[in-house]
Amino acid sequence: MFNVFKKIKEITDDPTFSSKRGHAERKARQWVYASFRAVIILGISYVILSPLIGIIASSFFSNADNYSPVVYLIPQNPTIERYQLAITRMDYWNVLVNMMIYVVGLTLIQLIICSMAGYGFARFNFPFKKILFACVIVTIVLPTHTIMYPLYTTFQTFNPLGLVGLFNQGNSVNLLGTTWPVIIMTLFGVGLRSGLYIFIFNQFFRGLPREIEEAAVIDGAGNIRTYLQIMLPNAAPALVTVAIFGVVWQYNDNFFGRLFNVSDSILLSRKISSLAATISNVDQVRDPAIATLYVYAGVVMMILPLLLIYVFLQKHLIEGIERSGIVG
Amino acid sequence: MSAGAELKQIKHKRRFSLSLSSKRSVVGLLFVLPFLIGFFAFIAYGIVTTVRMSLSDVIVAGATSGVELVWNNFDNFTRAFTIHPTFAETLGTSLLNMLIDVPLIIFFSLFMALFINQKFRGRTIVRAIFFMPVILGAPAIANALVSARSMMVGGVSPASPEIMTAITSSANVDVNYYLNMLGDLAIPPAFIGYIIGAVGRINTIITASGVQIVIFLAALQSIPPSVYEAAKIEGATPYETFWLITFPMVSPLILTNVVYTIIDSFANSPVVVLSYNTIFSEYNYGLGSVFSLVSSLAVCVVLIIVGIVMSRRIFYHT
Repeated sequence: MFNVFKKIKEITDDPTFSSKRGHAERKARQWVYASFRAVIILGISYVILSPLIGIIASSFFSNADNYSPVVYLIPQNPTIERYQLAITRMDYWNVLVNMMIYVVGLTLIQLIICSMAGYGFARFNFPFKKILFACVIVTIVLPTHTIMYPLYTTFQTFNPLGLVGLFNQGNSVNLLGTTWPVIIMTLFGVGLRSGLYIFIFNQFFRGLPREIEEAAVIDGAGNIRTYLQIMLPNAAPALVTVAIFGVVWQYNDNFFGRLFNVSDSILLSRKISSLAATISNVDQVRDPAIATLYVYAGVVMMILPLLLIYVFLQKHLIEGIERSGIVG
Repeated sequence: MSAGAELKQIKHKRRFSLSLSSKRSVVGLLFVLPFLIGFFAFIAYGIVTTVRMSLSDVIVAGATSGVELVWNNFDNFTRAFTIHPTFAETLGTSLLNMLIDVPLIIFFSLFMALFINQKFRGRTIVRAIFFMPVILGAPAIANALVSARSMMVGGVSPASPEIMTAITSSANVDVNYYLNMLGDLAIPPAFIGYIIGAVGRINTIITASGVQIVIFLAALQSIPPSVYEAAKIEGATPYETFWLITFPMVSPLILTNVVYTIIDSFANSPVVVLSYNTIFSEYNYGLGSVFSLVSSLAVCVVLIIVGIVMSRRIFYHT
């Protein structure tokens, strides 16, 4: 009887057996884990994509498909007419190019100003630092519509400290209807969601090891050079993240665009909000259910550039950072 | 060396080190200067105007002459808290909902970020899919879709009662039986209710987690691979690696995400909608300003408490 146990023990203790068994076990465990992960990711992807699938499918429906009770998701007579008309009415390509210049420019300003402020708060001590950082929090929290009216009047009669008046015979200028209000606010770190970006940068810089900075200082680099050549490259994931958010939110901004009456020839977001009305009035599509299909096509055309930008940034920048191992 | 010379040297050294630290504080101020100017010129000015409005009767005097403010002795504040039928209640529910959703969203997004940070086939596509809620939730697209939402095909409805009836009635499985069984295992009913509520609102939670997942992903990607290699060589188990390396390294960004989640949920909360409607539908600037100010102040207090509690547990390189 004991011999049997002895034999089993001998077999299991044999290094070739245990390595084989360990290998099989590890394989099995990996497989179970991978399928668990796949199930979760697939399920959640479906929840995320389901409204989008509906939108994309409907945007190809012809009028008959839209009313046919047998059509579900896959159209019988697919048409690209929705896209053609939506692109024409939104003046898509021109507006997209204008918009990209505007959005990318603003995002670059955001990156510079907010990373500077985040770095300043993360690594320097100065008087009233905590109170000033509370100002950042206030900027994030305050619902923007609360200060709509003061912002509107500020830019309607723009004359900070009487400086504009010096060049304009003592008169203020009306900046509404131009892109200047948004640019000025972004330059001074209070643009669209700037407070949040400052906060993200602050947390990121605080998470970086101090040693890399000290090494730079010992090597004789000045503060600005340390920031530009040491801290920024190390915060590359934060830069990419903020760049992505900056582009997406600026691109989708309804609030500043409307408040400052920025021309809709550079704002797709304003074009899309008036698309349904344009289609029903100019093209005499009186049926709201059909007009909605054009809006769907417009929404798909609006989402596409953002998605491409995100995939590009993720694939080329983030994975590049991972490979080159700048971090650390 | 004479004593005098040595003293001189020490003095010189001290003066040098003092000037270095004050120099650093000047440099620090220069870094945050643009923000400070912007804050005081636009935000602080806006807040002062709003406070003045909240203390006054606001009379819109016509297209050309703007508005006129008449001091009214805290009338708006008394009205908001004692006369207005829904404000206090709305503020309470908004804050409560916020606190309920925060832990769910944070756990969910950290979990998903860990998943999609791993290497597997189709990772780029999956990351793009998980980014979709950020795009779909952004104002312009969301607004364009809201008008058409009722006609949407193939979407999962976020309403939890529907899902509950669907799972309770499907395939003769009595879900309540299992739920009771969990109750018998001395799991508090409040906790079970919380989890079931979360499952019912899975759509809302996923939609609200887009930004947090992207932020966590960036945090995970900024952990140097060499740290993991070292841990592997030292023989750390995956469990230890997570709790001793990954978690501390992403902890500063957990605070960021908690703050973002609170603010995001506040921005869409009923109390902000109430304030917006009071200003722009009822043209009652004074009362609307009170709603905004009081609710913002409440959220600031919540954020400060969260910040203080969490900062003690966060790992910073300082």
